[in-house]
Amino acid sequence: MAFVAVAAKRSSLVRGLKRPSTPYLLLIPGLAWLLLFFIVPIFTLASTSTQTPASSNEIGAYVQTFRFANYIDAFSGAQEQFFRSILYALIATLLALGISYPLAYAIAFRSGKWKNLLLVLVIAPFFTSFLLRTIAWKQILGSEGPVVTVLRSLHILGPQAGLTASAFAVVTGMTYNFLPFMTLPLYASLERIDPRTLEAASDLYANGITTFRKVTFPLSLPGVVAGTLLTFIPAAGDYINSTLLGNPRTKMIGNVIESRFFQIVDYPTAAALSFMLMAAILILVTVYVRRAGTEELV
Amino acid sequence: MVANNLLSPETRALIRAQMSRRGFIAGVGGVGAAGLLAACGTDSSPSETSAGVVDLSDKEKSVRWANWTLYLDYDEDAKNYPTLEALKKSSGLDISYKEDVDDNNTFYGKVVGQLKLGQDIGYDIVTLTDWMAARWIRLGYTQAIDEAAIPNKKNILPALANVSFDPGRKNSLTWQSGFAGLGWNKELLPKGVHTLDDLFAPANKGRIEVLSEMRDTMGIIMQYQGVDPSGQFTEDQFMNAIDFLQKQISDGFIRQVKGNSYSEDLISGDAAAVIGWSGDLFILAMENQDKFEFAIPESGGTLWSDNLMIPSTSAHKKNAETLMNYYYEPAVAAQVAAYVNYICPVEGAQAEMEKIDPDLAKSPYIFPDAATLAKVKVFAGLTPADETKYESAFQKAIGN
Repeated sequence: MAFVAVAAKRSSLVRGLKRPSTPYLLLIPGLAWLLLFFIVPIFTLASTSTQTPASSNEIGAYVQTFRFANYIDAFSGAQEQFFRSILYALIATLLALGISYPLAYAIAFRSGKWKNLLLVLVIAPFFTSFLLRTIAWKQILGSEGPVVTVLRSLHILGPQAGLTASAFAVVTGMTYNFLPFMTLPLYASLERIDPRTLEAASDLYANGITTFRKVTFPLSLPGVVAGTLLTFIPAAGDYINSTLLGNPRTKMIGNVIESRFFQIVDYPTAAALSFMLMAAILILVTVYVRRAGTEELV
Repeated sequence: MVANNLLSPETRALIRAQMSRRGFIAGVGGVGAAGLLAACGTDSSPSETSAGVVDLSDKEKSVRWANWTLYLDYDEDAKNYPTLEALKKSSGLDISYKEDVDDNNTFYGKVVGQLKLGQDIGYDIVTLTDWMAARWIRLGYTQAIDEAAIPNKKNILPALANVSFDPGRKNSLTWQSGFAGLGWNKELLPKGVHTLDDLFAPANKGRIEVLSEMRDTMGIIMQYQGVDPSGQFTEDQFMNAIDFLQKQISDGFIRQVKGNSYSEDLISGDAAAVIGWSGDLFILAMENQDKFEFAIPESGGTLWSDNLMIPSTSAHKKNAETLMNYYYEPAVAAQVAAYVNYICPVEGAQAEMEKIDPDLAKSPYIFPDAATLAKVKVFAGLTPADETKYESAFQKAIGN
């Protein structure tokens, strides 16, 4: 009833919108954008993925033959990097969650007047280029850098051992780079929790741990799901961290796609791999969101 | 140059690519459109090339040059390129010099979409290695140069005047040549690295880097295995060399496989020894208290050349030719060679070098004698099918 009353009052304002065509007109810019920059490239990609080399064998010359076996070939040639990407992205996501949760919790509930400053600090890394931040990790973990020097003096690392060009460096770089994508959604959902629900929990004799387990964490679940998705999806396709911080044994699927596209000029395999990566992420995410059961969020 | 050294050329190129979003979008659009054409089944044959482009050189006094890093004489105090400044003054040309090439394949991947469509790629001169130059010329992506406009072309070294991929040098002129060989840190490895056994010694495990340029790394390994990479080698022989590389990688001997940026890891000490390029190592040694050294492996190194070419999409051919002609003046070539330390392709530059630096005039790495040239091979030209096959095997071995 109230809604009807409000709607009636506003009817003069929204009269224009009532014309059946208006919502569709408003959709045009967005749809045009999607069509041009998503749908068209997707079709191009799909069509490229089933091409085979032209009879001339010239570099980069391919003709459409609808060879779907390209997908099998592409996968069998890159399954190692495929599973590695998923594994690294998973580890980086879990690490980011472990680091971000306490951080977001502290900002949401304990930071008082520092709240805005802390939030700015979380976002601050975005003011510099992603690449520069990744290169910075090369220096931090480099053999002359602070971490290695300390670890060497503690005899945890041998005099020749280093940390860069390793799986450790790649996962560290990814965790760091995607951390804000985890922290911000977590903060947003924690901050929304009504403090009275926490008071009610303690009124009902729940201790701190029980309150967290039964009240805070379930209420923050939308943030956890959003944060893990925003971290996992780009991390699985990332290849910059592996390029700059990894070695030939830590290459990810993004590196393979890049190499196929630029070095070998093998567009069909690059396209097939891109499609499979997209499909794999889509399936993983669907299963995850279903299980987490937070439809209201996504 | 100090600031330059903080970031590897590859990294800088990445940053540039990321920052110029307009360029990025244009590039993606180009590739997308090219892909679409390919998707429609149109045979993307390169017949439509220079024909469609009108030379605007007389109206637009400008020329845009894409080159590799550390590849032109640079004045650190004035922050400019002296020879280029001199040319600007004498010719009145507005020259835009960009260190935009850090890998032949990556550069090709970026511009091929526009080349196919005959759209301006943003450069009037590109500098690419022999095998990639061969591809451009074969596909008609270059314009024939006008001999009358480049009288200094006669100064090209006889050995370079006629190459299989461009008989009579109708479409290209050598910019510099160089050796791939062994580079090492003299403090870490005082005994030096003169053979591949020295390079892959147990003490160097995890601190070796090799070039991502297939022909250099593979050419050196093949010679170590007694195979001549300039001759008619078999697929088995190539794959044997791949197995060797693969083993060094899976055993953890090779730290990374990269282009110019190995120099960054040599400076930081993360890499102790590399398969690298002669000029890089000399510049590194010069800038780091003579800490690094270069040698051609005893089993043999490789020799490559980079070539100046005018893309089929350039509307400033005449201006580009003015620039090429200028750099083939012996005095100018000597000035460039004194900085870049690569092999100078210009006859008469050695005599000019005597006036600049008599020691450099004697360097076998800038003006190689017969004995030095006997130690290196030029990697054989490959058919497109073989090129794809071998590059695939190489990329797989290096983890991709």
